[in-house]
Amino acid sequence: MNRYARTAGWLSVLSMGLGQLYNRQWLKGALFLLTHITGITLITTVLSKHIAGFFTLGEQGQHLVKVGKIYKNVPGDHSIFMMIYGLLSIMVVLIYLFIYYMNVRDAVANGRMREKGQPTKSFIDSIRYGVNNNFPWLILAIPIIGVLFFTIMPILFMIFMAFTNYSAPEHIPPKNLVDWIGLQTFKDLFTLNVWSDTFFGVLTWTIIWAILATVTCYFGGILVALLINQQGIKFKGLWRTLFIIPYAIPQFVSLLVMRNMLNDKFGPINQYFRFFGLDGLPWLSDPFWAKVSVIVVNMWIGIPVTMVLVMGILTSIPKDLYEAAEVDGATPWVKFRNITMPFVLFSTAPILITQFAGNINNFNVIFLLTKGGPSSIDYNMAGKTDLLVTWLYKLTLENNKYNVASAVGILIFIIIASVSIFSYTRSKSYREEDMIQ
Amino acid sequence: MKTKRSLRLFFSYLLLIFIGIASIYPALWTIMSSFKVGDSLFSDTFIPNQFTLKHYSDLFHPENIAGKQVPYVKWYWNTLKIATMSMIIGTMIQLLTAYAVSRFRFKGRKTLLSTVLVLGMFPGFMSMIAIYVFLVQLNLLDTPWALIIVYSAGAALGLFVAKGFFDTIPKSLEEAARIDGANHFQVFSKIILPLSRPIITYISLMTFTGAWMDFIFAGLILRSRDQWTLAVGLFNLVDSYSSTAFTLFAAGAVLVAVPITILFAFTQRFLVEGLTSGANKG
Repeated sequence: MNRYARTAGWLSVLSMGLGQLYNRQWLKGALFLLTHITGITLITTVLSKHIAGFFTLGEQGQHLVKVGKIYKNVPGDHSIFMMIYGLLSIMVVLIYLFIYYMNVRDAVANGRMREKGQPTKSFIDSIRYGVNNNFPWLILAIPIIGVLFFTIMPILFMIFMAFTNYSAPEHIPPKNLVDWIGLQTFKDLFTLNVWSDTFFGVLTWTIIWAILATVTCYFGGILVALLINQQGIKFKGLWRTLFIIPYAIPQFVSLLVMRNMLNDKFGPINQYFRFFGLDGLPWLSDPFWAKVSVIVVNMWIGIPVTMVLVMGILTSIPKDLYEAAEVDGATPWVKFRNITMPFVLFSTAPILITQFAGNINNFNVIFLLTKGGPSSIDYNMAGKTDLLVTWLYKLTLENNKYNVASAVGILIFIIIASVSIFSYTRSKSYREEDMIQ
Repeated sequence: MKTKRSLRLFFSYLLLIFIGIASIYPALWTIMSSFKVGDSLFSDTFIPNQFTLKHYSDLFHPENIAGKQVPYVKWYWNTLKIATMSMIIGTMIQLLTAYAVSRFRFKGRKTLLSTVLVLGMFPGFMSMIAIYVFLVQLNLLDTPWALIIVYSAGAALGLFVAKGFFDTIPKSLEEAARIDGANHFQVFSKIILPLSRPIITYISLMTFTGAWMDFIFAGLILRSRDQWTLAVGLFNLVDSYSSTAFTLFAAGAVLVAVPITILFAFTQRFLVEGLTSGANKG
């Protein structure tokens, strides 16, 4: 008995393509061989150097070298580029190993077919076979490549950054090198007063904000929907359209407008206060009132969304439930408490959790309205209304404290992930996805 | 009983009118300010004493406001270009991705879906620095293509709304077509696409407005004033001139908001459907 499969398999392990050649699939074999040669050359010449660079992050920063009589500035290693190139190289090596694995599998599979006495496929046929059997992966190829390079890679880079000392003013390449420092950044964030005070202060406000913003918009939305849906209210469509306007206006426009409306000196809101002889309030410059302002403005933006959802749900409540209740002599209040409310709450509960997670990361409302302000001396690079996510923004783009920012980012991820896992594992559509069909 | 009912209605209407005013007041106030003479934020009356179109014409004649450098028409054109391109590419990518994971049961599918979920939990601009370095290397910094590529590349991650929609289309439709000899691409283009009009509208609108409104990432990538998008430009206008060029900002804001608001008004039905099906994913 011929042991094609085993021979082909081992030949392919030895070098990509050999097994295919042994199976007399010349074109495929040649292509695999070519990939192999390219891969090996790349790895030995370029990639290994980059991967080594990923671990060392450079040996020498920018420094002076004596040339003749004068000192000249010589560019040193750029740690951050080294890290990114290292990551990219590791990824290319992984892809190479994946192709290697596929090559062995292919050789064995074709060897088996020969053992059974079937003819192996021609090149065109294998392509056609591949396309038909891996159609979903074929469609997904472009999105996956895009996500790989513009989402996964950057996130990995960011995660690694949290374990380095990449921050202003001492460790900014190309002038200086960046080094791996392990968990030091996290330790500082939790224990060093400069960071921990800000971190815990901002974290507390983030959670308070997320709860208040979610609850106010949720119940506000339900109330408005019920208000419109009451018996005897006319022009229901008109009210609905009117109330949906805040949702339709681009958020960054309405928020910037709001910021001007709440202006202490010239804004119309305080102008009305003065008209009634009142002093007006420091809407955005006082820590307490700034917090009130962001929550109220957020209601203005968020209520329409819940309202629309709830109005949809209200129409889907079976009418016979109400009819049955009327037969039993239920008052409107009883009907509302025992039919409407449970129905609405039950079908909107999942949204509550998504909105909560969304509000933790609600960058726009805070940043456009107060920019995190008013600033405070208690906080390091943050203001009184800053959320973790806006603090993250300030840390990276305004202060170049990249490692702290990355650590904060990882912590935000942990918070969001725990909230989401809690909800996803409980959501019906995740567990019973295939039941609909 | 009768008086109690009319009392309830009276207060309901009162509340409705109050909410209605609160809903449209900022928009009305901005429109009024854009017609106001002068350039300050402050005004004595809600309806300006004198109406002027000067601020609108200033936007189109940047030489009149040379000190402020507001190439508004250029910004508008940049934004339109970026938003339209990312809408087309992004919608296609998102539809195909959602279709693939909704319709096919393949190895690694669950892993793929959970990966997308996990990726969505990272704060978006945490990755901005790395993307920035990438774009520098690709020599794309300060070009509209940088934004189009990044927006489109991220589009696949929003697949859940469309997936939820595709999940509700009965499988028997496709099976029948497959038996009649249609291939995968024909099934998608002849059967699925015509049925997905609402969701296509929803996704296009979302990707379009998303690109239209981004001021953070666009502000990081687009360095020169001429390349800016509207969102970056308007944000900057309010930020740097604050109360000294408010009426100009108001006019610019009105011109930005009007097309989007009209777009929303016409597609309201689809939006509601999208919102509801997005909510179902839980």
